[in-house]
Amino acid sequence: MTVVIDRGKKTAETRMEPVSVAARARARADNGGRLYQPRVPIYPKLAHGFWRRVKWALLIVTLGVYYITPWIRWKRPGDLPQQAVLVDFAHGRFYFFFIQLWPQEVYFITGLLVMAALALFLTTALFGRLWCGYACPQTVWTDLYIYVERAFEGDRNARMRLDAAPWSFDKLWRKAGKHAVWLGVAFGTGGAWIFYFHDAPTLIRTFWIGQGPATAYIFCALLTVTTYVFAGFMREQVCTYMCPWPRIQGAMLDQHSLQVTYLRDRGETRGPHKKGETWTGRGDCIDCKACVAVCPMGIDIRDGSQLECINCGLCVDACDEMMDKVGRPRGLIAYDTDAAVAARSCGQKAVYKPVRPRTIYYAAALTLVSGLMAWGLTHRSPLAVHVLRDRNPMFVRLQDGSVRDGYTLKIANRTFYDEMVEVSFSGPAGARLKLPGQIAEPGIVRIPVKANAIRSERVFVNVPRKATSQANTAVAFVVRAGQRTMTVPTTFVSGDAP
Amino acid sequence: MSEHEVDEATGVETTGHEWDGIRELDNPLPRWWLWTWYASIAAAVVYWVLMPAWPGLHGYTKGILHQSDRVAVVGKLQELKTLRGVQGAKLANASLEQIEHDPELQAYALAAGQAVFGDNCATCHGTGGTGGKGYANLRDDVWLWGGTLEDIQHTIIVGVRTGEPGARDTKMPAFGRDQMLTSAQIDDLTEYVVALSRRRANPAAVTRATQVFADQCAACHGPEGKGDQTKGAPNLTDSEWLYGSARSDIRGQIWNGRGGVMPTWGKRLDPETIKALAVYVHVNAGGQ
Repeated sequence: MTVVIDRGKKTAETRMEPVSVAARARARADNGGRLYQPRVPIYPKLAHGFWRRVKWALLIVTLGVYYITPWIRWKRPGDLPQQAVLVDFAHGRFYFFFIQLWPQEVYFITGLLVMAALALFLTTALFGRLWCGYACPQTVWTDLYIYVERAFEGDRNARMRLDAAPWSFDKLWRKAGKHAVWLGVAFGTGGAWIFYFHDAPTLIRTFWIGQGPATAYIFCALLTVTTYVFAGFMREQVCTYMCPWPRIQGAMLDQHSLQVTYLRDRGETRGPHKKGETWTGRGDCIDCKACVAVCPMGIDIRDGSQLECINCGLCVDACDEMMDKVGRPRGLIAYDTDAAVAARSCGQKAVYKPVRPRTIYYAAALTLVSGLMAWGLTHRSPLAVHVLRDRNPMFVRLQDGSVRDGYTLKIANRTFYDEMVEVSFSGPAGARLKLPGQIAEPGIVRIPVKANAIRSERVFVNVPRKATSQANTAVAFVVRAGQRTMTVPTTFVSGDAP
Repeated sequence: MSEHEVDEATGVETTGHEWDGIRELDNPLPRWWLWTWYASIAAAVVYWVLMPAWPGLHGYTKGILHQSDRVAVVGKLQELKTLRGVQGAKLANASLEQIEHDPELQAYALAAGQAVFGDNCATCHGTGGTGGKGYANLRDDVWLWGGTLEDIQHTIIVGVRTGEPGARDTKMPAFGRDQMLTSAQIDDLTEYVVALSRRRANPAAVTRATQVFADQCAACHGPEGKGDQTKGAPNLTDSEWLYGSARSDIRGQIWNGRGGVMPTWGKRLDPETIKALAVYVHVNAGGQ
C-alpha cells in the first residue's frame, strides 16, 4: 500500500511533445548542476486541534526531561558522584538513580535497547509511527524550530511571501532573529547533552572559563551543529532520506495498524463545494488542501499511506476544522486502518483487530526481555569474582614433591561499602591456600576490597603429592562477603600424576 | 576525432574510441567524485605547507607545524619518565615488605617487574620464570642463594659469578676434568648422591663413596647433603636438580663442576626497578 511520491517527476512540459530517449535521459540527469534534486521548501501551517495540543504537551514533557535530568541530585556515600543520571566514562561507571552499572554489565544497556526496539515494533504494529510523529527528537526539535520560525516570520502564507520578497530591513531582522534563536536552542541542546557525562554543577562553571574537558566542547559543538542543521534546514529530509526507520516500518505495519488515513470511502469523489449545494452524490472532501498546508513532511495524505508520513496527526486537526466549517462530521482524515477503509468501501462493517499474530509476538518478546531485565537487575550480585589460573607455568613442583598452582583472583566490590572478603579453597584433601608471604595453612584467607573497586590478588594453592591422582582436578574457590557466598569453579593442574 | 558522435540509446556523446564495436561513452565524471578529487588536491597543498613534505639537497621542508615523529617519541618517553617518577619515588621510599603488602604498590611492582623480567630475565629463566636445565626455576620453593625478599634483591643486585666484587661467587671443583678424583670414585659418588635423594642406589658404591663425600663435598653441601644457601650449594636430598636428575647428569656435574653466571644487575638497572623485580619474583614464587 506504500505510495512513494516522486517530487523529482517532471510535469506537463516533458510530456507535451514526443522527445527522444536521449533527450529525456539528458533532462533526467540535469539537476541544474547540483548533486541532488534541490529541496522543495515546505511551509507548514499552524494547525489547531486535539493532536496539535497533544504534540505541544509532549514537546514540553520530552524537552523538559532532556534538559532537567542531569540536574537531579542523588545521594551516594563517600566521594561517589551525587548526580542521579551520570555516564562516568572517566571512571567506567554508569549511574541511574539507585542503579549503578559497571562496564562489564553493559548487557543491561543492550537489554534496554532491545526493549526499546521491541516497544517500537509493538506500538508501530498497533498504532503506526507514533514514535516518529510525537516523540522522535528530530520531530520534537523540528517542531520547536518551526514554532520559532513562526514567531519571527508569521504563518505559512507570510513565510512564503517573505521568502519570495526582495531583501529589506524587515526581512533581514526577522531572518537574523530566527537564526539567532535557533542557534541558541541548538547550543542549549548540545550544552545539555554534555551534562550527562560530567558533574553538571562543576561542568557549567569550568565550561565557561575554558577549563572543561575537551570532549565537552567537542560534543557541545557537534550537537549544536547537528541540531541547527537537522531541525533548521534538513527537517523532513532527515526522516525521508537519512533515517532507516521509515524503511523498517514497512515490515511492522499491516492493514490492521492504526495510522493517519484519509477515509477514501467517505471523501471521494472530492471536489470544491459551494455553500448550499447538495452533498449527495459526492464525497465529503472539498479539496481545500488544508491537510497539505499543515503537513510538516509536505505530502498529501489523500494519496494513501506513504514513506514520508510520520503519523503526526496534524492533517487530522486541519481537516476536522474544515469539516466543522462546512457542517460535515469530523474524521474524514483520522487514525484508522487500511482494512477498515477497504471494508467500508465494499459496504461492510469495519473490523478492528489489535490482537494479531505480530502484536502477540512483539508483546511476548517485550514481556520476556523486560522480565529478564527485571530479574537480572534484582538478582545482580554486588560481588563479582573471577579466577584466572596461571598458564605460565601451569603448575610448580615443590621441594617436598607437592604441587602448587597460582591463581589471580579478581574481586569486584560493586557496593558502596568496603568489604572484607573471605576466600577458601574447595579441592583435594590437604590442599592449602595462601597469599604470597603467608604461611600456607588450611582455611581461609581474608582480602579487604575497597568500595566500588576491583581488587586483584595473587593466591597460591599447595596440594600434597598423594592427593593429586589426575592431571586436572575440578576445584572451586568459595568466596564469602557478609551474608553472600559464591562458588567459583576452576581447575587445579598438576601435570602427570607423580 | 573532431566529429561528435552521440549514442542514440543514452543520448551521451562517445569518446570516439571503439573496440570491436564497443564504444566508450563520454559521460562526465560524477560530480561528487570530481569534488572529492579537487578537495584531495587542495588538501595535499595544505599538507605540504603544514607538514614535512619536500626533500631538498640539505634536508627537507619542515612544514609550519614542525611535526616530527622523532621529537614526539622523545616527548612521550619524557612523559613516561615523569609518570614513573611518582610511582618510582613510592617504590624507592618503601621497604620491600611494605611494597608487597600494599595492594596498590604491589600491583605496580608486579606490572613493572613483569615487564623488566620479560626484557632481562626471561632469556635464561623463561617467560614464566620456570628456568631450565642449568637455569634456576624461580617459581618453586628451592633457592640456591635464598628465597626471602632481601635475598632475592641482593642476588639480583650483585649477580652470580660475574667476577665483580661482592658478587655471589662460589665454584664447584671439576673433580673429573681436573683429575681430583678418579673415574671410579666419581661413579661411586654418583651412586651416593642418588641415594641422598632417597632413590635406589648400589649399596657397595655408596659405602665406598661415604668418605669421599665427607672429604670433598660436605664442606659446601653439608654432611647430610642438605646444601648451604650462603655458598649457593644446592640441597642434594630434594627432588630438584638444576642440571638434571639422571645418573649421567649427576656424574657430569661432578666431573665438570658447572656453575651458572647471572649479570650484576645493580650496574644495569636502577634500584626501584630491582625492587619491583624482587617483589615480582618473590610473589610469583609463592613468597617464602
